[in-house]
Amino acid sequence: MLILTCPYCGVQAEETELHPGGEAHLKRVGPDGSDEDFEAYLFARKNPKGVHFERWRHAYGCGKWFLAARCTASLQVFGTYKAQNPYPPAEIVDAIRAHRPDWQPDWTVQHAQAESPAE
Amino acid sequence: MTRTPPFRLAQGGRLIDRAFQLPFRFDGRHLRGVAGDTLASALLANGQMLMGRSFKYHRPRGPIASGAEEPNALLSLGQGGRFEPNQRATTTPLVAGMVTRSQNCWPSLDNDLMAVNDWLSPLFPAGFYYKTFIHPRPFWKHLFEPVIRRSAGLGAAPTDADPDRYEQAYAFADLVVVGGGIAGLTAARDAAASGQRVIVLEQAPHWGGRTPTDHPGGQAAIDALLADLSGRANVTLRRNTMATGLYDHGYLIAREAIADHDPNAGLPRQRLWRIRAGHVVTATGALERPLSFACNDVPGVMLASAVRDFIIDYGVAPGQSILVVTNNDDAYRTALAARAAGLDVPAIIDARPLADGALPQAARAAGIRVLTGTGIAKVKGGKHVEAAALCDQSGDGRVLETIACDVIAMSGGWSPVVHLWSHCGGKLLWDDQAAMFRPDPDRPPLGADGKGNVTVTGAANGDLACAGGLEQPEGATMPVWVMPARAPYRLRAKMWLDFQNDVKVSDVELAAREGYASVEHTKRYTTLGMATDQGKVSNINGLAILSAALDQPIPQTGTTTFRPPYTPLTLATIAAEARGEAFQPLRKTPIHGWHETHGASFEPVGQWRRPYCYPQGAEDRHAAVNREILAVRGGVGTLDASTLGKILVKGPDAGRFLDMLYTNMMSTLPVGKCRYGLMCNENGFLMDDGVVARLSEDSWLCHTTTGGAERIHGHMEDWLQCEWWDWKVYTANLTEQFAQIAVAGPKARALLERLPGTIDLAALPFMHWAEGELAGIPACIFRISFSGELSYEIAVPAGRGLELWQILHREGRDLGITAYGTEAMHVMRAEKGFIMIGDETDGTIIPQDLGLDWAISKKKPDYIGKRAQQRPHMTDANRWKLVGIESLSNKVIPDGAHAVAPGRNANGQRNVQGRITSSYHSPTLGKPIAMALVRHGPSRMGEVLDFPMPSGDVMQGRICDPVFYDKEGSRLNG
Ligand SMILES: [Zn+2]
Repeated sequence: MLILTCPYCGVQAEETELHPGGEAHLKRVGPDGSDEDFEAYLFARKNPKGVHFERWRHAYGCGKWFLAARCTASLQVFGTYKAQNPYPPAEIVDAIRAHRPDWQPDWTVQHAQAESPAE
Repeated sequence: MTRTPPFRLAQGGRLIDRAFQLPFRFDGRHLRGVAGDTLASALLANGQMLMGRSFKYHRPRGPIASGAEEPNALLSLGQGGRFEPNQRATTTPLVAGMVTRSQNCWPSLDNDLMAVNDWLSPLFPAGFYYKTFIHPRPFWKHLFEPVIRRSAGLGAAPTDADPDRYEQAYAFADLVVVGGGIAGLTAARDAAASGQRVIVLEQAPHWGGRTPTDHPGGQAAIDALLADLSGRANVTLRRNTMATGLYDHGYLIAREAIADHDPNAGLPRQRLWRIRAGHVVTATGALERPLSFACNDVPGVMLASAVRDFIIDYGVAPGQSILVVTNNDDAYRTALAARAAGLDVPAIIDARPLADGALPQAARAAGIRVLTGTGIAKVKGGKHVEAAALCDQSGDGRVLETIACDVIAMSGGWSPVVHLWSHCGGKLLWDDQAAMFRPDPDRPPLGADGKGNVTVTGAANGDLACAGGLEQPEGATMPVWVMPARAPYRLRAKMWLDFQNDVKVSDVELAAREGYASVEHTKRYTTLGMATDQGKVSNINGLAILSAALDQPIPQTGTTTFRPPYTPLTLATIAAEARGEAFQPLRKTPIHGWHETHGASFEPVGQWRRPYCYPQGAEDRHAAVNREILAVRGGVGTLDASTLGKILVKGPDAGRFLDMLYTNMMSTLPVGKCRYGLMCNENGFLMDDGVVARLSEDSWLCHTTTGGAERIHGHMEDWLQCEWWDWKVYTANLTEQFAQIAVAGPKARALLERLPGTIDLAALPFMHWAEGELAGIPACIFRISFSGELSYEIAVPAGRGLELWQILHREGRDLGITAYGTEAMHVMRAEKGFIMIGDETDGTIIPQDLGLDWAISKKKPDYIGKRAQQRPHMTDANRWKLVGIESLSNKVIPDGAHAVAPGRNANGQRNVQGRITSSYHSPTLGKPIAMALVRHGPSRMGEVLDFPMPSGDVMQGRICDPVFYDKEGSRLNG
C-alpha cells in the first residue's frame, strides 16, 4: 500500500485513493505512425527493476492525473509531479541521482527543454 | 510411568484467578477451568494431554507450545453460526460454557481409525501423493481424489452464516511497537518521552511477554514501564491485538480480539486495524525450537518454555515427573520452576559436553541430576510419554539408561520472530554463534523515502538476554539438529520436524536425495512448514537438516519466504462490515421507490439496480417482458433511463476533443441536434456508445451506457489532462443530476401533448432535442429511440423525476401506459438490430465488425483508435461480422452458442465460424431472433449454420439481416 503525494492538492494519498495508469511519458502515435512505432506505443513497456516513471490518478481525491518516479524494487518514491510534463523535471532527476548515482535518463536534455510545458 | 493427578498445582498461576470456576465441554465431557486459563491450560489441568491428531498419520497429539506457534492443539469451537475450526487451544481464552471438540479423528480422539496411516507410514514418504496418484489418470478423478478429499483437511468448515459483528478501524502513528514485552515497552517509553505518537500492540491478553515468567523482578520492571506509558496522552496501549502483516510504506494490519468467544458481550467480535506507521519497531520476541530425537511427537514432549509457562502462569502441572532435555542454559529455568512447584525432575539431559553456567549450577545446587554430553535416543510411550531412553549425544543411539517420566521438556535453542521484518523485504543474516537467523540491520524494509522504516529490538533481534538485567550471562547454545548426532535411519524416521503435517528428518533427507536443493521446493515436496502454524516451530530445524543433507552451510540454504498473516485471520474480520447490504454502495434512481411498489424485479447493472421487468399478478418474468414489449409497440410505455451516463463537455476546444473521442464527427453537429456516436480505445476496440446532443455553441452532452458513465468520464479526463492538456475543455459527470424517462410507443406524443408545456413536440424532428417546461417541470426532451418506436427521452432535475413519472402514468392510464424494464428494452433493440455494448462487444470487437462503418468518419485525420483499426488483422476480410440469425426451430438458440465449421483444430475441437451475441424470443414477431458474429456473415445471407448444444443436439439458424422489425424505420414517427 504505497503512499504518493498528489502534486495538485498536496494530499499524501494512500494507494486505495489512487488509480494506476501504467508507464508515464508515452508519446502518442497517431494514424501516420509506422507499424513499429505504433506497436511500441501501444504495447512495449519498460518494466524495469529500478527507477520507473508511472501514471497515477488521484481518483478518490482531486481527480487529477499525476506522475510518480519510483523504484519498483525498493518502492522508494523519488518524487511526484504534474502530468503535463513531457519529461521528468530537473528536481525529480536530481532526487533520483541523489539515491541512484549510476542511473541515467533515457532522454536527452535538449529535447526535454524544447518540450517543457507551459505552467 | 502413568499420568497421575493432581494436574492443577495447589499454588501459583500468575495469570489465573481460582475464585472463578468456568465450566466447559470437550468432546462432550463436562470439565472445569478457572478464569485466566487458556483452553490448553484448562485441558491440561483436567489431565487432558491428548488434544488432536496429526494431519497425515493421525498420530496422537498434545500441545507442545503455550502460544501462537502451537501446531498440534487445534480445536473446533462453538456451534451453528459460531462454529469455528482449527483454533489454537494455547491462545484461546477459556470462556464459561465453551463447547469444544477435537479434530481430525474418527470415531473418537482416543480411537482414531485413520491412525492406520501411521502403521503404514513407511509407505507414505515425502512426495508420496505426487508419485503415486499420477497414473492411471481416470483413477485420479474417480478413486484417489474422492478418498483424499474425505480424509483431508483438519477441522470441518462451518455451514451457517456467522452471526457476529466485525469492524475495521484506521490508526496513524509516528511509531508502532509490535510486542508488549520488556523490549517493546522499553522502546515505546523511549519514543514516547520524545513526544512521538506511539501505539503498542501486544498479541496476548497480558503485558510483559516472557519477562514476568522467566525473571525475578520481571513483573515489577514491566509494571514500572506500563505505569510510565499509561500516563502519557501520546501513547496507545492495545492488548489482544496481533500484528498480522506489514506491507509497503509502513502499512500494518493488526487484528484485535474484542469479544472473541464471548458472544454475549454485545461488542464486535474482532476489529481489524489498518495502521499507517511512520516507523515500526518489532519487539516480537523469539520462539523456542524443538529437538529432533526419535518419537519427539509423543504427547507430553513439550517445549521447555511451554512447560514452565503452564507451571508458573497457569498453575498447571503438565506432568508429575518432568525430564528436561536441552542444548542451552535457558531450559534449566524449567527444571528449577518444576522443582519449585514440587514436581519431580529426574534429570536434565544436556547435549553440550559442558554446562557450568549460573543456571546449571543452580540446578545442581537444587539437587537435580545433570547429564552432559547426553541425548535422548528414543521416547517411550504411545498416547503419552512413559519414559526416555538416553544415549551419548555424539554416538549412534546406543541406550545407556532409561528414565521414567511423563513429560519431556525440550529446548533446541531460540529463533527470533522475524516475520514482520521479513514481510516487507527486510533481510536476515545467520548468526553462527547463536545458531539463529536474525534481522540484518543493514538491510531493513524501506519506507517511501528509501530509508529503513523498521527496527528490531530485544529477543526478536537475537538479544535473548535482554530481560536478564543483572542476572549472570547464560552459557552458549550448542546447535543440535539431530539427537544423537549419528542417529541411524530407523531413529531419523521417527524424528518429527513438522508435528501437524507429519514431516520427519528422514523426509527432508529424502527430498534432498531426490534433488530438491531449493528450500522452497523442499517445503512444497515434503509439506514442511505448510501447516496452519506455517513452520513457526519446524522451519529452522528443517532447513538445518536440509543444509546438512546438501552438505552446505545454513545461510546458503536460506529460509522460505515469510508471508502474512502471522497467524490465521478469519475472513469475517477481513470483510468486516462490507457484507450483505453494505458489501458495496447501491445506486438507486429517483424513481426507484415507485419501481419497488409496482412489483419490479430488479437486476444489477454496475452498482445500479434497474427494473428488469414488472411482473403483475401471477405473471412470470418472461410473460411480463412480453406484455411490456407489446404494450410499447402497440401503445406507450415508460422506461427509467436515469442511469444512463450524462457527461457535459464544454469549452472552446470541446468539438475538437469530441472529434478525437468519437469515431464520427461531433464538431459539425448543429446546436439542437443529436447524433449517435461510438467511442473506441486506442487499441481500436469499441468501448462505449451513446447519443450526443449539441447543447450550445461550446457545449455537448454525451450520453454513455449505464455501466460506462464513470469509466468514460475518467477516459475523457485522462486524455484531457495527460495528452491534450493545453486544450480548453471542461467535463462534468451530470449522471445523477438528472432523472431521465423514455416515453416510447405510437401513442407517446399523444400522451405528452396532454401535459401543459412549452415545447412543441410536433415541431421536434427525430434526432433533435428541445429545452423548456413540461407539466411545470424544467425539461430537456431528446427525440431519440432505442426501441424503434416514436420515442422521447425526457431529462428533468433528479428531484422531480418521480413527479414526472407519476404524472405520465396518471395521464396515460387510458392509453394503457406501461412501465417497461431493461429486458423489454433489450428485446426491442435486438428486434431493431441495434447493438448493445457488452453483448455484441466484448473488448475485442471494432465498429467495423458490427456494420457500423457509417458511424466512422472517413474525413477525420485522427481519432482514438483510428491507427489501430488500420492494422492488417483489423481490416482482415475474415473477421467475424454482425448478422441476424433466424432459428430454424421455434426455439431460442442460446446466447453464446458457437457456429461450427468443417474440420477440427489442433486441440481436436470443432472449428468455429461464428457465435450468437444476443438471442431472444420476439413477442412482436412471434418467433426467436438472434444476432451473431459470423465469418463473412453479411455476404452469406440465407446460409444455414449448425450450433451444437452441450446435450449433443444441434440447433440450426439461417443467416439474415440483423434488422428484424420495421426495416424502413417508419414507426419512428408514430
Ligand atoms: Zn489530489
